[in-house]
Amino acid sequence: MTSIPSASSARPIAVPRVVVRHSALVRICHWVNALCFLMLLMSGLQIFNARPGLSWGEATQFEHPFVSFSAIEDDNGDPTGGVTTIFGHSFDTTGFLGASLGPDGDMEERGFPSWATLPAEQDLAMGRRWHFFFAWLLVLNGLVYVVNLFAGKHIRDLVPSLTDLRALPRTIRDHALLRFPKGDEALRYNVLQKLAYLSVVVAFPVLVLAGLTMSPAVDAAFPWLVPVFHGRQSARTVHFVLATYLVAFVVVHILMVLVSGVFNNMRSMITGRYRIPEETR
Amino acid sequence: MSRALLMSRRSILRGFAAGGLLPLAGCSLDSRSPGVMSVLDKAEILTKAAQRALLAPRLALAPEYPPGAITPYFKPNGSIDPDDPDYVALRQGGFAGWRLEVGGLVDRPMKLSLADLRALPSRSQITRHDCVEGWSCIGQWKGTQLSALLATAGLKSQARYLAFFCADTLEETLDNTGRYYESIDLVDAFHPQTILAYEMNYAPLKVEHGAPLRLRVERQLGYKMAKYIMRIEAIDSFAGLVGGHGGFWEDRGYEWYAGI
Repeated sequence: MTSIPSASSARPIAVPRVVVRHSALVRICHWVNALCFLMLLMSGLQIFNARPGLSWGEATQFEHPFVSFSAIEDDNGDPTGGVTTIFGHSFDTTGFLGASLGPDGDMEERGFPSWATLPAEQDLAMGRRWHFFFAWLLVLNGLVYVVNLFAGKHIRDLVPSLTDLRALPRTIRDHALLRFPKGDEALRYNVLQKLAYLSVVVAFPVLVLAGLTMSPAVDAAFPWLVPVFHGRQSARTVHFVLATYLVAFVVVHILMVLVSGVFNNMRSMITGRYRIPEETR
Repeated sequence: MSRALLMSRRSILRGFAAGGLLPLAGCSLDSRSPGVMSVLDKAEILTKAAQRALLAPRLALAPEYPPGAITPYFKPNGSIDPDDPDYVALRQGGFAGWRLEVGGLVDRPMKLSLADLRALPSRSQITRHDCVEGWSCIGQWKGTQLSALLATAGLKSQARYLAFFCADTLEETLDNTGRYYESIDLVDAFHPQTILAYEMNYAPLKVEHGAPLRLRVERQLGYKMAKYIMRIEAIDSFAGLVGGHGGFWEDRGYEWYAGI
């Protein structure tokens, strides 16, 4: 997030200005994080599928979890459809949640479908191994990023100022109209970007803590963790909800990358070079 | 820092580097190939080292709960009604004929009845049971402290693990490798909350929960807590036992040291 003008500002305006937008460290952290998140998400859904429901508090509410994905079975006990129940309301989610086609083409009882899980088939043990491997990588990578964020004082780029917050309604309108900042304005994050990126920087550590709270060993080492999340099953629910939030972030993030100049954006996160969009006159 | 530790740290970093590239190698990747497994296994080394470091002092206790927190339903899991003939016979006799064998690397091999076990120092605790599948239940357990039993039997200095051999066959196999067993190290064995439970929720342990005796290792996941225990052996390595990974589920891909 350092911006070093590579072309003199004295040049005619017709020459596009290109700057190094993201440092090498930030770019590496970004892609390692992206890989980790994808692997953690898919292996996480595999682990979730071992008990596809969510409870609140310390213990599992086996009878009435507030979210559950289950299968309807025929007389032979074979799954025929999937049902998602949220706060007592049931929805038919056959083919996606509760029951879907497995790797061998048969309808299977499973929370999330096989294309979304790692490994594709039901295999909790392997899902856990993938999950914890990439969890370590995510945490180490995240530490590098956060140390750089504070040591380089880049955190200022992410915390919105009062002026930013006042501009919130206008920024939302501009985004809805797909009007993106030009010139030097394009070099700093607008308030929506700041809030979105800051929320991710906060969400990841909370997500990791909620994950750790599911560990009986960690709970023995840090007994205060359990009440923070209101119990182990609540921690599991928080872990799931925050992961869902991050998926939503990634969807919007990718959409914005696509509509605001995909080549320029991708280049800025791969080589670091970013062409400043020219101001229209 | 010792050279060995440096080397293992370097190999862990190498593992991460390889693991990061593997998924990019394409969809044909076999997630169970030995190469992938050996890379993924590096994380378990890190997990165990980190958790054990955090658990110092080693007596850090798992959270305990008031009686009101006991859940009305405690899900029985794994074997819930073993049909192994020896077990069925013992159950029909009210476990009067049941004896716990203690052997292996101990000074005084023993055979103990339930009454013998009840005479040893015990501990009662209300704890949360966490299954690897993701669910939790809270229950009260009372039983002989494993440390007290080990003091009586006298552990030889070569002993590094305790193996628990069970009465139940969880998977029918031709070579009898489907019988349940588990192993824990001495850190967990001497932990004050590690007990051989004969009582649950203020009543004798039920068959579905492992009668007459089950292990409670409160800082571990449920599958470490063997039910229907018949024999405890002090050993220096579990490499030669059954599948070689130290437990029924470990032989089927689960971590030996889970803790999470």
